[in-house]
Formats: sequence, C-alpha cells, structure tokens
Amino acid sequence: MTDVSYTAQTEEPEASLRDYYELMKPRVMQLVVFTAVVGLIAAPVSVHPIVGFASILFIAIGAGASGALNMWWDADIDSVMKRTAKRPIPAGKVMPSEALNLGVALSGLSVMMLCLAGNLLAGAMLAFTIFFYVVVYSMWLKRSTPQNIVFCGAAGAFPPVIGWVVATGSMAIEPWLMFALIFMWTPPHFWALALFMRNDYDDAQVPMLTVTHGRPSTRRHILIYTVLLFVLAIGTAFTSIGGPVYLAAAVILNVLFLKGAYAIWNRDEVIADADDYLVERKFFKLSLWYLFLHFGALLIEAVLRPYGLGGWS
Amino acid sequence: MTMKKEHELHTRRKGRNIGVGLMLGGFVILIMALTYVKITSGAFELPNIEVSQ
Repeated sequence: MTDVSYTAQTEEPEASLRDYYELMKPRVMQLVVFTAVVGLIAAPVSVHPIVGFASILFIAIGAGASGALNMWWDADIDSVMKRTAKRPIPAGKVMPSEALNLGVALSGLSVMMLCLAGNLLAGAMLAFTIFFYVVVYSMWLKRSTPQNIVFCGAAGAFPPVIGWVVATGSMAIEPWLMFALIFMWTPPHFWALALFMRNDYDDAQVPMLTVTHGRPSTRRHILIYTVLLFVLAIGTAFTSIGGPVYLAAAVILNVLFLKGAYAIWNRDEVIADADDYLVERKFFKLSLWYLFLHFGALLIEAVLRPYGLGGWS
Repeated sequence: MTMKKEHELHTRRKGRNIGVGLMLGGFVILIMALTYVKITSGAFELPNIEVSQ
C-alpha cells in the first residue's frame, strides 16, 4: 500500500506550500512589510541592513501567523461570505488544526526572533499586536460590536511603530502618527467594501455597521472618518517625518478622498444600485492608493533627509 | 520491479519538501549573518565571566 492510498482513505487535504502561504494573508503582509519598512527608515537611528531585513521579515512572519490564526477562528464565517469562500480552510485545502498549529508556531518564532534581531520592546510589541488581532479583534470584538473594523484598524496599524522601535529601541510621537493614519484609514476603506459587497456580512451575521445601523449611517460614518483623516494626514506633514513632498501628496490624495466620501454620503441605495455601486468601488480603489502613496511619500522624505533634502529644514 | 509514481501528489509533496528545505536553509544563513553583524558591531560586549581555576 502506498502513502497515496493512505491519504485517500483518511480524506485529509494535501496542501501545497502555496496554500500555507495563502493562509498567511499575503496581501495584508505586503501592507505590513511596507509600513514597517517606512517606520524603520523614517526613524532617526540607522540600522544595519541585515538587522533591518531580518526584523522586517520577522514582523511579516508575525503578521502572517496572526492571519493564519484569524483564518482558523473565522473559518465558519469565511465559508459563508463570497469574498472569503476560496480561502484555504473553507476551500478544503488546509485543515483547521494545521492553520492553528502553523499560526501558533510562527507567532512564537517571530516574536522570539524579533527580540533577538531587534530588541525586547519590538518583540513585545509584535506579541501584543498578534494578541490584539487574534484575541481582542477576531475572537472577541469582530462578532460583538459594529465598530469591529475600528479595532481591526488598530491591529493593522502597529507595524510602522514596531519598525520604528526596532531602530530606536524606544517610543516617540512620530510612529504613533503613522499608526493613527492607518487606524483612521481602515474604517472608511472597509465600510466602502461592505457597501458594495452587499449581502456578505448579512449572510455571515457579522455585526458590520451596514447590518446594525443601516447603509445611510455607514455612509455618514465614512464621511466623518474621512474628514478626521484629512486633518490628521495634512497635520502629519508639519511634523519631523513630514515635508514638502509628503504635503503635496497628502493635499492631493485627501482632497480626492474627501470628494469620494462626500459623493458616497450624498447618494442613497437606489442611486447606488442603479450604477452597481460605482462611486463606492472607486472610493475603495482610491483608498488602496491613498495609504500606499502616503507611506511612499513618508519614505521619500526619510530617504532624502540624509542629503539635506527631506523635511522642512 | 521498478517503482513508479502513482499520483500527482508525489510532485506536490516534492515541491513542498523542497520549499521547506530552502526556507530552513535560508533561516540558518540569516541567523549566521545576524550573529556576525551583532558580534562585530561596536555595541557588542563579551559577558564578564570570572574564570575559576
């Protein structure tokens, strides 16, 4: 008897390496890597490239581990929602126990290695981030409060702070501004998605704002958060991590973002249904560029600074 | 009698094993590089151990 026939008998899925990679939410990991790199480079202390590379790698692995644990916990609702039904566990490619084991093992490894490669504070912050995303957000708040996505934003906003702490070994106000940018950006980004992925969250019985407070309220919330984000993003330009390049990018992006949020607030479901949520879809697409370009501009300022070109000096 | 592959599962497992092997190899090299950087940096100090004879 071959090992193949044994597998067929037990009917356990035989996952490929790619399936495990998908389990780690690679798109979220890309965002984590990028924002952590910006946090690391924007810090006023330079880091040896190998230490920097290793630290970012372990932050990414920590983020991937929390993604795997999130998929393990949320497998039941992932199978109901169209957007997530093809994830490795609901698709039957990976066993839930495998996702749990992978998540726990990689969480431990990433925290331990970041403590060694970076410093204890950075490792502790990564551990807290994983705990916050998996336990506080996924297990507790996601299914109990319509403000769930606000807490999701908090979990996703830690990487630039961790990057900064890897370089400096201490806290400062600047990385928390980067934290605030992601934190304030996440709700309008996801609420726009919830508007045009109409029945997904209803079917999964996740108390998304669209389900509990209705769509007009969600549209109002998007506008409020976008106005607050506008003030925060422009204000960041005048801190030590900002500069003229960032200011120019922030003004253009925030005017466009605010225009989109206003358009979303200014229409109802009948109009949105008629054009298949065109404005909401455009706003969602813009939100992806919004965050990428803000952090890209912060990166440019940081890279130019040693040559006396970045910042306001 | 010669052994032959019976299923595409073998190919998938081979790919997975090679991937895991490469990752472990990369991890070892990374640890070596990190150790080298840490001990050759100015901040590194040997622990003060009293040698008893």
